[in-house]
Amino acid sequence: MSALLDVEDLRVTFPTRTGLIEAVRGVSFSLGRERLGIVGESGSGKSQTGRAIMGLTPPQARISARKLAFDGIDLLGISPRERRSLRGNRIAMILQDPKYSLDPVMSIGRQIVETLRTHEKVSKAEARERALAMLEAVQIRDPKRVFDLHPHEVSGGMGQRAMIAMMLIAGPEMMIADEPTSALDVTVQLDVLGILDRLVSERGMGLIFISHDLRLVSSFCDRVIVMYAGKVVEQLKASELGQAQHPYTRGLLNCMPRIGFERHPLPVLDRKPEWAA
Amino acid sequence: MTSAITVDGLEVIFDRFRALKGVSLEVRSGESFGLVGESGSGKSTLLRAIAGLASVASGSITVNGKTLGARRDKAFYREVQMVFQDPYGSLHPRQTVDRLLQEPLAIHGFADGEKRIERALDEVGLGNGFRFRYAHQLSGGQRQRVAIARALILEPSILLLDEPTSALDASVQAEVLNLLEEVRRRRKLTFLMVSHDLAIVTHMCERLMVMQGGEAVENLTAAQLVAHRVTEDYTRNLLRASEGFVRV
Amino acid sequence: MSAEAIQSRRDWLLSERPASRMQARLGRAYVAWRRFSANRLALVGLLIIIALLVIAALAGVLAPYSPTFGDLKNARLLAPSAEHWFGTDDLGRDIYSRILYGSRWTLYVVILVAIIAAPIGLLVGTVAGYAGGWTDAILMRVTDIFLAFPKLVLALAFVAALGPGIENAVLAIAITSWPPYARIARAETLTVRNSDYIKAVQLMGASPARIVLRHIMPLCISSLIVRVTLDMAGIILTAAGLGFLGLGAQPPLPEWGTMIASGRRFILDQWWVAGAPGFAILIVSLGFNLLGDGLRDALDPRSGDQ
Repeated sequence: MSALLDVEDLRVTFPTRTGLIEAVRGVSFSLGRERLGIVGESGSGKSQTGRAIMGLTPPQARISARKLAFDGIDLLGISPRERRSLRGNRIAMILQDPKYSLDPVMSIGRQIVETLRTHEKVSKAEARERALAMLEAVQIRDPKRVFDLHPHEVSGGMGQRAMIAMMLIAGPEMMIADEPTSALDVTVQLDVLGILDRLVSERGMGLIFISHDLRLVSSFCDRVIVMYAGKVVEQLKASELGQAQHPYTRGLLNCMPRIGFERHPLPVLDRKPEWAA
Repeated sequence: MTSAITVDGLEVIFDRFRALKGVSLEVRSGESFGLVGESGSGKSTLLRAIAGLASVASGSITVNGKTLGARRDKAFYREVQMVFQDPYGSLHPRQTVDRLLQEPLAIHGFADGEKRIERALDEVGLGNGFRFRYAHQLSGGQRQRVAIARALILEPSILLLDEPTSALDASVQAEVLNLLEEVRRRRKLTFLMVSHDLAIVTHMCERLMVMQGGEAVENLTAAQLVAHRVTEDYTRNLLRASEGFVRV
Repeated sequence: MSAEAIQSRRDWLLSERPASRMQARLGRAYVAWRRFSANRLALVGLLIIIALLVIAALAGVLAPYSPTFGDLKNARLLAPSAEHWFGTDDLGRDIYSRILYGSRWTLYVVILVAIIAAPIGLLVGTVAGYAGGWTDAILMRVTDIFLAFPKLVLALAFVAALGPGIENAVLAIAITSWPPYARIARAETLTVRNSDYIKAVQLMGASPARIVLRHIMPLCISSLIVRVTLDMAGIILTAAGLGFLGLGAQPPLPEWGTMIASGRRFILDQWWVAGAPGFAILIVSLGFNLLGDGLRDALDPRSGDQ
């Protein structure tokens, strides 16, 4: 399996009044055409890792890496314009809340059509056809009606599906999903994950799934990276999560209440300073 | 056992939208009761209606034997307190922890404020070092501890919990859940807890009610839920969803 | 003080674990001051305002001549010179001395207007915003009525009714300048009234008056201070305008607007008579504007709380 994305020693540094803060401190991994989960708590640097790969890091931050290559292209070496065209065409990103990523004054259908037409030369009629097909592919039952709706007129789950449709219309090879289902109800969450799963396997995409929910990630992804304080503390196959070695991973798994496992009080995480070292 | 909260045929209407459609509920004194449902199920509205934050269209609410009117008196707030979901929004941004805890004492005319504040902070595991901090100097978990201290300082018998840990990291959630269980045991509190997470509710509560679209779906004990002895399809769906993603 | 002592004091102020109410409050003030002083222009503004205060306090010492009596025989309309820095006016009075004394009247107007208008606006706005419903509708319609009139015209009407004089000018300006404050306070109140922290206070059993006074008003005050400071320049200009029209301060009071009015007859030949007080107004207005801009950065309730 050839690597789609190669990350070696990625660092993201934010300057603040009191000095430099390293949000990501030397993260290395590679992604094939698979589902890779990045798990961590707030402040672990998981989102900043995703943003750095997308090129969406705030401008005041500094990014460095020994290697940050997508399909052989050095992402840090190319111009912002080339980066932009890569984004959307070949790399897509889904964020937690579709309300912030969709344009509130444009209908959902038009947004998908516009996205398609900025990346490909297609006629209006054909773009519309493909947008409708895409809405159908994300299991929207009445695509013609949803096509003309505005983002505020649809539910959270529907909005997230529309977002996925918009991101997938250009046929990206890699997708980064940052907490794509955290704002959704549990039953809707599974529907959306099901759609993502099908599209990833049908199209042979590489997916980076960023989440705080270790349980969910391990049931969805092939491989899991656990991050703590800007570093990768453990990489393992999702199926082998039960045999996790690092105390942080184990603690994270343990401290969640589970149906049918009575533990009072819940085991808490005893953070060791050497984890962050 | 006596009843702490009795809700009978409660209707809440926002701008012609029926958020609660005749919900009834009984929480016994000293028990921990969970309300489970997805967004729009009316579980938070029910909690807010009991607290007096949502106006009731019809039906009745009885707390510790007293049927409540539209206005709550001061004595009610000595009995019932609430912890909110978002620890970032429930603490006043311009007040120190000290000031936040002093306010309820001042309103109810307690004299031994100093001692009570110290005790309350100790009880939630913060200690005096946090007393003069502002909310922005606290982490999410610490904020939620302050919110719990504020709710406990008037020594209520009933605590309403509105998704108290859903905004927290998993490891912090465990700490806060443990703290809540501990204060409940020590103070013999009655809990009414709202959550979307079945695992948390079965962990914290003895009985629960599943809600959907402003109506009660079914009443269960935690043991029934753990044994998957549920009768409604909706509950079964929720249970399945809480077990994670299953590839088909 | 040694560098070490300064450093330790700074650490004490910026401590994440204040040990007392006082330290927490001072620390907060210090953070605001650091944000304020990072803005050079704001410091210039502050300097101008401090200079104005000092001049007003020490006018009697600093002024070389009397502000009201001049040498009619020998010193009429003299050009600026070493003897009369800003020249003299048509009654032979030293303009420099008159401007120094005039700063007192400027401050008098500005402070009185702020003291009257800001609290009215704050009260009306927060009560309207928190109460909602009919109270809100009535209070805001009254506010709209006041807002609908041009400020100077309304002030003119008031002064015409009450009679000219600086006290009535202050009253007129105050009455016409509270509506924007009410609007700001109401907008701020609306954004916080449904927040959980206000709900939490309601659940403590606090009365509406207590919530408005102790929990909502403190949140509105900083944006109000900024707005009032930025409005100071406008207040000075309105006061000067009323003075210029003969409806504000009456001669021989050395009020800057009145001075410009009496100097306008000689504006082509003896430009300094109207020019000097005009320049004073310009500087002070600029000072208040710069100060207001700096305060906006320093007091922004949203920054630093996140």
